[in-house]
Amino acid sequence: MNSPDSSHAAPAPQGFWRKYVFSLDHKVIGRQYLDLSLVAVTTGMILSWLMRLHLGWPALSIPGLGAIAPEAAGGIITPEYYLSLMTMHGTIMVFFVLTTAPFAGLGNFILPIQIGAEDMAFPRFNMMSFWVTFVAFIVLISAFFVPEGPPLSGWTAYAPLSAVGKDAGPGQGWGQTLWVISIGTFCIAQLLGSLNFIATTLDLRTKGMSLARMPFSTWAWFITSVIGLIAFSVLLPACVLLLLDRVAGTSFFIPAGLVISDRLQPHAGGSPLLWQHLFWFFGHPEVYIAILPGFGIVSHILPAVTRKPLLGPRVFIACMIAIAFLSYTVWGHHMFMSGMNPFSATVFSVPTLIITIPAAITTLLWIGTLYGAKMRFNTAALFCLGFISVFVSGGISGFFLAQPAIDSYLHGTYFVVGHFHFVMGVASMFGIFAGTYFWFPKMFGRMMNETLGKWHFMLTFVGVYCIFMPMHYLGLAGNVRRYSAFTVDYMKGSVPLHRFITVAALFTGAAQLIFFYNLFRSRFRGEIAPANPWQATSLEWTTSSPPPHDNFGGHHPVVYHGPNEYGVPGKDGDYIMQNSPEPEPVAAAS
Amino acid sequence: MKSRAAPAQTGVWVGIAAITMSFAAYSSALIVRQGANPDWVHFTLPPILFFNTLVVVASSITLYMARSHSRPMADRAGSGEAVDAPHLTWLLFTISLGFLFLVGQILAWRNLAAQGLTLASSPSSSFFYLLTAMHGLHLLGGLAGLLYVVHRVRRSSAVRAMSAFRAASLYWHFMTVLWLYLFAMLAARI
Repeated sequence: MNSPDSSHAAPAPQGFWRKYVFSLDHKVIGRQYLDLSLVAVTTGMILSWLMRLHLGWPALSIPGLGAIAPEAAGGIITPEYYLSLMTMHGTIMVFFVLTTAPFAGLGNFILPIQIGAEDMAFPRFNMMSFWVTFVAFIVLISAFFVPEGPPLSGWTAYAPLSAVGKDAGPGQGWGQTLWVISIGTFCIAQLLGSLNFIATTLDLRTKGMSLARMPFSTWAWFITSVIGLIAFSVLLPACVLLLLDRVAGTSFFIPAGLVISDRLQPHAGGSPLLWQHLFWFFGHPEVYIAILPGFGIVSHILPAVTRKPLLGPRVFIACMIAIAFLSYTVWGHHMFMSGMNPFSATVFSVPTLIITIPAAITTLLWIGTLYGAKMRFNTAALFCLGFISVFVSGGISGFFLAQPAIDSYLHGTYFVVGHFHFVMGVASMFGIFAGTYFWFPKMFGRMMNETLGKWHFMLTFVGVYCIFMPMHYLGLAGNVRRYSAFTVDYMKGSVPLHRFITVAALFTGAAQLIFFYNLFRSRFRGEIAPANPWQATSLEWTTSSPPPHDNFGGHHPVVYHGPNEYGVPGKDGDYIMQNSPEPEPVAAAS
Repeated sequence: MKSRAAPAQTGVWVGIAAITMSFAAYSSALIVRQGANPDWVHFTLPPILFFNTLVVVASSITLYMARSHSRPMADRAGSGEAVDAPHLTWLLFTISLGFLFLVGQILAWRNLAAQGLTLASSPSSSFFYLLTAMHGLHLLGGLAGLLYVVHRVRRSSAVRAMSAFRAASLYWHFMTVLWLYLFAMLAARI
C-alpha cells in the first residue's frame, strides 16, 4: 500500500501537449480512450446503417457513398462491399468500442481513484497503450482507402480466406494485411493496459483498502484485466502467424492444393482449424472483457440507487472469478460446425452450460437487491435495469446455442446475430451508458441532463428490442447471416421484417443524437456537480469533481469500510463513506 | 520497514505470465501444425545453439554475481545515504553475453539458410525462425532494461538502480528459462 512519501503521480504538466495530448495522467488518458471510442462507435454505427439499408432495400442507391467508396459504384452496395462493411463494423465495435470504452476508458479514469491511488502504476506505459491503440485504429480505418478496398473476412478473419491474399477477391490484399497489423498492434496496447491495471490494483491500494473492501467496479476491471492479459497474449501470436502466411509465404493456416481464382495457392499443409482455435481462445474471453466491466458498473451503481447494500457481495465476486475461469474452457462452442470431432463439441458444450450458473446467480443477486427497494430512478439506474433486461434476454438464447444439436440448425443464422448483439453488444453498451451518466459529474464537474437522459434511455431500450428481438425469429426461420440480399424463395418472406429492423435501427441510431447533445452540452453548460451527487460510498466521491491532478490533493485517504454500506445510519444519512472513521453500526436484529 | 513488492517487480511478474501464455500459444500451434499434415521436415539443429545455450546460462550466472557483489553507493539522486547498488562490471559482462547470444542466434539462422531452409520452406523451419526471433525480440527488451540499470548506476541513483535491477534480473532469468524450454522443445520436435 502507499507509503506517505511515495508518489506515483507525475508533476502536474503545464504545456498543451503534455497536458492534453501526451499526458501521463490516468484521468486524461481515460477520457482520451472514451473520446476515441466515441469516434469508433459513430463510425461503426454508420456502417451498420449502410448494411441495414441494403438489407431492406438492396437496389437502393445511397447518395454520396459512391464518391467515398469506389467499391460501391453509384452508391449501390455490392455483395463484396457488404461483407467489407460487416467486417469493419464488427472489428471496430468489438475492439475499439466494447474493449476500449468500458475497460480501458472508464477503468482508467475511475480505478486508481477508487483504490485511493494518485495514478496508475506505470503512467508511461499507460500513455503508450492509449497511443498504440490510437495507431491501431488509424491503421484499421486506412483499410477503407487502399486500392483493393477494406477486408471482407469478418471480424473473426477465418483462414484460409484471410490468409491467402489478393486472389481471394477484393479487400483481401492490403486491406486484410492492414487488418492483421491493426489487431496485432491493438493486442500490444491492451497487454500494456492490462499489465498496468493488475500492478496498480495489487500495489497501489491505499491504507485500509483490502481486497475485500475494493468496490465491485474495481473488482470487475481487475478481473477483466486478468482475462485480457491471457486472451490478448494468444491473439497476438495468432496475428503474427496470419501475417507471416500473408506476407512471408509460410503455411500455418493455408492447406495444400487450394485453388482460388483459378490459381493454385503456393502454400501447403496448413490447418485452417488452427486459426479458429487460436482466435476463439481469445474470442470467447473477449466477450467477458466486454461484459464484465458492465457487471461491475451495475453492481456499483445499484446499491447507490436502491439505497440497499448489494445482495451477496462475496458471492458476486466469486461468480465473476468463476466466469473468468470458465471463459477459457468454452471456446470450442463457436466451432461446433467447423468439422472438428463431434465428441469435442460435447466437451465444450458442458462448460458452456455451466457458465450460465454464475451468470444466472449474478442476475439473481441484482434482482434480489432491487426487491423491496425505494429506487431512485435516475438515468444511470434506468440503464442498469436495461442492462439486466438485455443481458437476460440475450443470455437465454445462449442456452439454445450452447447445445450442439440445436446449434447445428441455428449456426450462421440471424439467431446468433440477435444473441450476441444483445448479450455482448447492447448489454455492455448499456453498462457504458450507465457508467457515463453516473461518473460524468466526477469526470467533468458538471451534471448531465436527466430529462434528456431518460428520453435517451427509453428510446434506446425500445429501439434495441425492436432491432434484435425479431432477429431471433429470422434465425429460427432459417434466415442466414452475412448474406447481402435475400433473393432465394424461402428467404424472400423475411424481407418485410428486415425492413422493420432497418427502420428500428435508423430510429435507435437517431436517438443517440440525444446522448451526444447531452454529452457535449452538459460538459460546458451542465449544472455544477457537487463532490458526491449520488450519496455513494466509494473513494471517488470523497474528492472534488473533477479530482485534482493527484486525485486527493496531496493526502492519501485511509479506508475503514467496504463499499457496500448502504441502508445503514451514518453521519451523512443512510450510508457510510469508505473513508469515514465512524465504527460499523451494530446490525439490527431482523 | 516491511517492504512490499515494488510495482516494477509486480509488472515483470505479470509480463512473465503474458509472455508464457503467448509462447504456450506458439507451442500449441507448432504441435497442431506438426500433426495436421505429413509435410513436417525434420532437420538437425545448428550446433552453435549449444554454444548459445551455454552463453545465455552464463549470462544468468554473471547477473547473479552482479547482485551478490552489490556494493553500497551514495544515492545522489535521493537522500545521499549509502544504498546497495549492483556491481557494474558483472552487469556489463552480462549485457555483453546477451549480445553475444543474439549474434550466435543470427549465425544459427545463417547456418540454416545455407542449407536451403528458409522461413517459408517448411513448417518446421517456419517455427524455428519464428520462435527464435520472438525470443530474441523479448531478450532485446531485457537488454534495454539492463542498460537502463547501468545508466542509473552511472548516475549514482542507487535506489532506482536497485529497484530497476531487481525487476530487470527477474525478467532476464525468465528469458534464460524460456530459451531452455524453447531449445528443448525444438530439439524434441524438429
